[in-house]
Parts: sequence; structure tokens; C-alpha cells
Amino acid sequence: MTAVPHDKAPADKGGLLARLLYGRGVDRDAKAKARVGLAILAFGLIYAVIAGRLVMYGVSSDGPSAKRGSGGDVVATARPDILDRNGAVLATDVRMPSLFGEPRRIIDVDEAVELLTATLPDIDGRELRERLSSNKGFVWLKREITPLQQQQIHKLGLPGIGFLAENKRVYPNGPEVSHVIGHVNIDNQGIAGLEKWLDSRGLADLHSLGFAIDRQQKPVELAVDLRVQHVLRAELVAAKDKFKAIAASGLVTDVRTGEIVGMVSLPDYDPNDPRQALDKTRLNRLTTGVFEMGSTFKALTVAMALDSGKVSLSSSFDARQSLRYGKFDINDYHAQKRILTVPEIFTYSSNIGTARMALALGVEHHKAFLKKMGQLDRLRTEIPESAEPLVPKRWAELNTVTIAFGHGLSVAPLQAVMGVGALMNGGKLIPPTFLKRTQAEADAIAKQVIKPETSDRMRYLMRLNAEKGSARKVDIPGYYVGGKTGTAEKVVNGRYSKTKLLTTFMAVFPADQPKYLVTILLDEPQPIPETKGYATSGWNAAPTAANVITRVAPLLGVEPRFDLPTADKQILAVTAGIR
Amino acid sequence: MVSRTQRTPFAEWWWTVDRLTLAAIGALMLAGIILLLAASPPVATKLGLDPFHFVNRQILYLVPAIAIMLGASFLSPRQIRRLALAVFVISTLLLAATLFVGTEIKGARRWIVLLGVNIQPSEFVKPAFVILIAWLFAESSRRPEMPANTVALFLLGLVGSLLILQPDFGQTMLIAMVWGALFFIAGMRVIWVVGLGGAAIVGLTGAYFTVPHVARRFKRFFDPSSGDTFQIDNAVESFLRGGWFGKGPGEGVVKRILPDSHADFIFAVAAEEFGIVLCIVIVALFSFIVIRTLSRAFHNEDAFARFAAAGLAVLFGAQSAINMAVNLHLIPAKGMTLPFISYGGSSLLSLAYGMGMLLALTRERPRAEQLQSRGHFHPAGSLA
Repeated sequence: MTAVPHDKAPADKGGLLARLLYGRGVDRDAKAKARVGLAILAFGLIYAVIAGRLVMYGVSSDGPSAKRGSGGDVVATARPDILDRNGAVLATDVRMPSLFGEPRRIIDVDEAVELLTATLPDIDGRELRERLSSNKGFVWLKREITPLQQQQIHKLGLPGIGFLAENKRVYPNGPEVSHVIGHVNIDNQGIAGLEKWLDSRGLADLHSLGFAIDRQQKPVELAVDLRVQHVLRAELVAAKDKFKAIAASGLVTDVRTGEIVGMVSLPDYDPNDPRQALDKTRLNRLTTGVFEMGSTFKALTVAMALDSGKVSLSSSFDARQSLRYGKFDINDYHAQKRILTVPEIFTYSSNIGTARMALALGVEHHKAFLKKMGQLDRLRTEIPESAEPLVPKRWAELNTVTIAFGHGLSVAPLQAVMGVGALMNGGKLIPPTFLKRTQAEADAIAKQVIKPETSDRMRYLMRLNAEKGSARKVDIPGYYVGGKTGTAEKVVNGRYSKTKLLTTFMAVFPADQPKYLVTILLDEPQPIPETKGYATSGWNAAPTAANVITRVAPLLGVEPRFDLPTADKQILAVTAGIR
Repeated sequence: MVSRTQRTPFAEWWWTVDRLTLAAIGALMLAGIILLLAASPPVATKLGLDPFHFVNRQILYLVPAIAIMLGASFLSPRQIRRLALAVFVISTLLLAATLFVGTEIKGARRWIVLLGVNIQPSEFVKPAFVILIAWLFAESSRRPEMPANTVALFLLGLVGSLLILQPDFGQTMLIAMVWGALFFIAGMRVIWVVGLGGAAIVGLTGAYFTVPHVARRFKRFFDPSSGDTFQIDNAVESFLRGGWFGKGPGEGVVKRILPDSHADFIFAVAAEEFGIVLCIVIVALFSFIVIRTLSRAFHNEDAFARFAAAGLAVLFGAQSAINMAVNLHLIPAKGMTLPFISYGGSSLLSLAYGMGMLLALTRERPRAEQLQSRGHFHPAGSLA
């Protein structure tokens, strides 16, 4: 540098312009060097920003939100498949194209409206024009169109019209399992049945975070057996038809685990067409309806009496004359006009006998027992539909009298099934479930509510009733069925009607080793020639239950055993020997 | 292996040239071929050409390009100046000629047919212009009696107005940026930096209000819903679809709908098939070449060599950075090719010429030779 001294102060020698531009007395060489250094920094920074942006895209392309954001992807989020206990699909997602418009990009609204209405004749032309003329960025035009329509519209080549693949919920079995699984709305959000439960269980949160678009969600396995469900529904449809009932419903439950293997409430609806569900008559009577269960409730009264230890199978009660209580007169339908033993009271379904039994134990005991059996509180299961039982506000002796034979207390049928199930399975109250449950899980939540011996005696009574009593029609050879009929008079205009009945039937099989409980309810069955003018449970609900058991027992893997001894030997003697 | 003991011209070149930069340029050329293999067939098919038309042409152009680059890298600073003057004069004349006899493509007259070959004179003007400006600024500091600054300003005005008349705002912006960068490096006062920045803002604002499509592009960048953002939407989607490792060669779909997938948007198309990792490698190659050249310019003591090398590096760096930034939706859309990667014969030859000179200027030379080229021992002037 020293060799070129005039470089040191170039501006001094330069003209006015140079001095203006570069300043006076500056070492331009050193300055230039520093500024090249600055340029290095600047470029380093620029390339770092570019690389940073690339990394940003790389990271966001890993995330699910980017996958969704990249065009033509799912809007309505995916739901897990719902399977029955054997893996048959009850509900699944299918991808469907939906038509949308971006009004700001549309060049000719008239052309677009004309061509779209020609392709989709069922679309409202005026509404379409309104939507496309708006100044919005995005409008739905029609949700869930067919692939053929998509292709036709695609070929129209309209700018500002596009498709998004959406998940549409499909129920391949139609109305078969409708009330169990419920249905979803157009945005694939569960609004009834187990579908709603799925959302409340956290699926909705996943949706809002954008995580539930993955098709790899774990399927939900139900306790329902599609084959049993099909049989139950077919038989109920036939029975409803045959007896001209306004409604028919039924349950098949596993008394060992509380699993609901089949549940049908007719009239039902097709979840693929959820509008049908708005019809009030199509509600799920088994969980949303409350009914006076009639004589089937006597099982609870008898069990209470036996479990208290104050009454035994050989105890007897006076049924010689009607029980007069205030201005009410309690009579028997199959009046025997004599003193009846406990098994006789059960098989003749004596109102007087059961009422006296309940009175013998007192109101408080009765109330406490029903509370323990879960009959006085709202029963909640996975499905959101449930109803509060109608419990009398003042519970006097009269209430105990009527409730003893199943009047004056309205419960959801599923609730009664839970209670009777506990009488059958050795005395354990297990909350019913729609999901698959193992024996160990059931044992963990089971509550011992009555003694195992009481349960044995109750099954003896149920079996006895099928051998000699009102449930003879369900004595299907091989399955050792036990059952109890119930016929409740419906309240019409504040009075019990003699013609409008609710007939119920509960059957347990096999009665010596209880596995399944079948419950049938018929609402207002009519007498027909075949039933000799009767419309009571033994003539309609019981044969329906028999048909169901004949068909489902083999499906459920219950082995038929023939030539078994009568109930007193098979149930009472054997269990007495063990205990 | 080339021996150090034998002082052949090639051995001398080999041991003094920046071999790493040379390797990086080679890698970019190779990457260009590979990415064109992916990105150009859909464009070629759309134009009714052989699917590998653009690839074949690019390879064909690479042969003379490599020859030009290596040839230019042998030149001495004095030869570089003389050649640049010749190239500048010829290409400026051709640039002027495009206004009258040029073929109009997409609304701009940028091309001229010479001996049956379509050439784009604006490409060749750029490197020669950089060399001349660098020389002028170097002279202005050494020989203040020469009106170097005035001449430099005049050249900017001349080339700039010719480019605007075509019109080609991208190239205008680029040469203005390089001119500004050189002026800055040459040591101008901070007040002028501010003034120049202000002028750039005024210029952009002017373009915003007078040229409709510039305004549209700005609006679209800041409010994507205000207009058609088809290209940039698809470019961004391309990056997201590709992810870190890409969908694999031939698996891309965005290239079928992006009109300039073989030119302005090749970077995005490459991302979909080869992944963001490869894109980062390409960014690394560009930044390596630019920063290494600038750091060599930093250590160079010859003012002309420093300015010229820095100017060429800024030209190369700015063009690559603008293209990638547009692809990544970092700045408003601006038509700019990605050096050595995008398809284009004129662009390739011009880049080869520019990078050849860059290699020549960053060669390690004995101090005596540097001083000689400074003109200290040849007061008659280097350009003579």
C-alpha cells in the first residue's frame, strides 16, 4: 500500500462529483473491503431466510394440517369404523365429492348457473345464483354429489367451481342397528346413539385440532351381534305385524357381563336417512321411554322377599279375597281364591300375593331395595338417549302395593332388564353396556345386590313358570328356558284401560347356568283369532321371545341339552348341594 | 494429475483457479439437467415437442457453455476488460435492434434471430455491463480526473432504458441492483445509499402506479384472494406435497399444471419430486459460490478485480435469490430464471461467460502481477 501513496486521499484530487459521492479524505480501498464484507453478510442472511422457509415448508408438510390444506382433501373429518362383536361393519366412512364455488373467481355467473342447473336438476337455481353472486371467498353449492356428476361438472370447465372430497358416513345395514349406533349430521358429527358418544369421548376435540382426518383410527367394537340383531328385528317386525301392535321392542343381554347383544325398538329408522329420526314415534323405547312394567316387576318383589330371609319358598300368603286398600280393590287375573305358596304366587302371577309380600317387609325396605337395584335413578349408558324413571313423590303403602306388581313406577325397559339380570346371574348388578366387555371387566364393576342363593331360587321360579306356569310357550326343548310374563294396563285419560295393554316378557336361558336374557315388549297388541281373543303377554310376547330364542341360541353358542330333570332337581337340589 | 513443477498454462490455471467454486458450478449444471428431466417433459408435450426436447437442447448448449466458461477463466483482467467492452457494444446494439426486428413473445420483444439461432441480447449485456461498471468505479478511485462516475451512470441509463422499452422489468431491476451494489462497494457515502434506496422505492412505486401488472402482483402477494394466484398456490403446494424427501422422480403432478415449470418455477417442481432436502442442497451451492467469491474479492487487493468479482457474484446471487424467493412465496412474483437450473440457451451461455470471468478474477495471482494490472507500472491505462 505504501507504494501507492496517492491512493490514500483520492478524493482530494478528484472533482466535485467524486467528493460529493465518496466524501472527503476517505480510504476508499479500506471502505470497499468493509463493504464487500457487508455484502457477504447480506447474502448469507438472504440465503438463510430462503433455507429457513424451505425448512418451514418441510416441517409443515409433516404435519397433518398441511396434508389437509393441500387441495382436494377432506373437509368433514373421518370417524372410526363401528364394528359388531364379530367384526362386521356397522358404520364406515366413504369419500364423496362435494361441490363448492369461489364467487370471486367466477367469470360469468349466468353461464355457471345455467350449466350447473342443467347438470344437477335438483339444485335450486335462484339460490345458486345468489350464492355465486356473493362476494365470498368460498360457498358450498351441493354436498355429496355422485362421482358421475363430479365428472360431468368437471368437464364443463367452469372457473371458480371446484370439488372437495368429504367423508360421508355410511351404514351398510340400514335400519338394522339404527338405535344402537345412532347417526351423524352432514358435517360427520355424531348427533345420536353411539356416534354421539364417540364425539363426546374426545373425537370432537380431535376434529377441531385437525387430527381426526387419518383413516387409521382404531375401530370401535360393539357388544352387538349383527346376526342376533337381525333375528331379533325380523321376529319383532313379524310380531308387530301379526298382533297389530303400535310398537315392538326387544333386548338380548348377556347377564354375565351386562353386554347388550341385541337391541331393537320398532318403529325404527334408517340412519342413512337421518330425517326419519325426527319422527317422535321412532324414538328408542327401551332407553328413552319409561313404562309400568307390569308383572315382570313381580320378580323383583319376590326376590326382595326371599333375600330378606323373612320369607322362604315354602311361605304362603292369603289370596282368598281381593286386597282392599282405601277405595282401591286389588284382584288377581288368574284368581285362585286360596292361600298360595311363593312359587304359586309367582307362576299364577298373583297381584294380591306379591302385594302382601311387599307389605310384610314394609315401605322403607321396598324403597331401599328398588334403589339398590337401580330402578329409581336414571340409567346412563354410552348412548346419550336415556330417561328418568317416574317415581311417586310420596311413597305410601298404596304405592308399595301397586309397585309390587309393576304399576305406579315407570322405568326404562333397559333399567328393568338390568335389575332382572342381577336376579339371574348370581346377584350381581352390572350396568349394561353397548361396548364389548370381558368377564373380568364386568366383575370389576359388578355390585353384589342379593345373595347368590336368592338368585338360584329366582331362576328356579322362572324355570318353574316355563314348566307349569304362564310361560309354557317358551319351553323350547334343549335350552332350559325360564321366563316371566307381564301385562300392564296402559293409562288412558288417567284410568287404566282394559284394552290398551303393554305386554312384556323376560326369558333367561339356560335357567340352570344363566347366560342370556331375552326381553320382549309389545305396545298395544291386539287379540287375534289364533290367540282366542286374548291379548296378554303369554299369547303374544312369550311366543315372540320363543321364536327369538330358537333362532339366536345356536348363534350365541349355547349348546342344547336334552332330557334335563325338572327345575326342583336341576336348580334347587344341585345348588343346595353345592352351597 | 497436473504437476506443479511444469509451468504449462494449464498447470498454472489449475493451481490458481478456485477449484471448489468450479466444482459447485459443475454440480449446479448437473442438477439443472436432472431437474429438467423431471420438470420439462410436460411443458414439451404441451407444445407438441419431443418430451426430452428441452433436456436435449440444454445438454447441447452445455457443451459451448462449458467451453466458454473455461476459456473465459483463462483470461487476464486486461483481456477481460477488452472482451467485455466488445461484448457490451455488440449486445447493446442487438438489444437496440430487438426493438425493431425482435420477435414478440408474450407481449415483449426480447429475442432476435441471428444465424438461425434465437438469442436474447439482454442476457449477454448483463455480465459485460458488470465488468465495465466495475472498471469505471475502480478507475474513479484511481484516476479522479476521468469522468468515470458520470460514464457509469450514463451506461446504467442506456441499458436500463433499452430493457424497459422491451419491456423487461426483471432484468432492469437486476442490473440496477448490481449497479447499486457496486456503487455501494466502491465506497459511496451513506447519504447516497439512503438516496439510492429512496430512488428504488420511488421507482417501484412508480411502476406500481403506472404498470398495471406490477400493481396486480403486489396486491396478490399481500392479499392472495384479490386475484389469480394460480402459479404461486401451486408452487407452495408443490413444496408441501414433496415434503423432506419428495415423492420420487416422475411422481410430481404440479409440473403438469404450472405453465413455467421448466423455467421460472423449476425450483418448486423439483421440491415435489426430489424433496426439500435437495432444494436446501441447491440453496447451499448457490450461497457457497456467492459467499466464497465475495470473500475472495474481500481479500483481493486489486480494486478492479475486487469490484468485478463482487459484481458478478451479486448478479448471480441476486438472480438466484429472487427466483427462489418467488418460488417460496417470500416476495411478489417476478419473472426470473434460476441460474444454471432453468432452461434457456442464451441464459446458459451468458452465465457461463459471467462465471468464467468470475473464475478468472478470483484466481490467485502473484502480487507483482496484481500491481501490474493496477496500472502502476503502466500509467498509460489498462484498457489500452
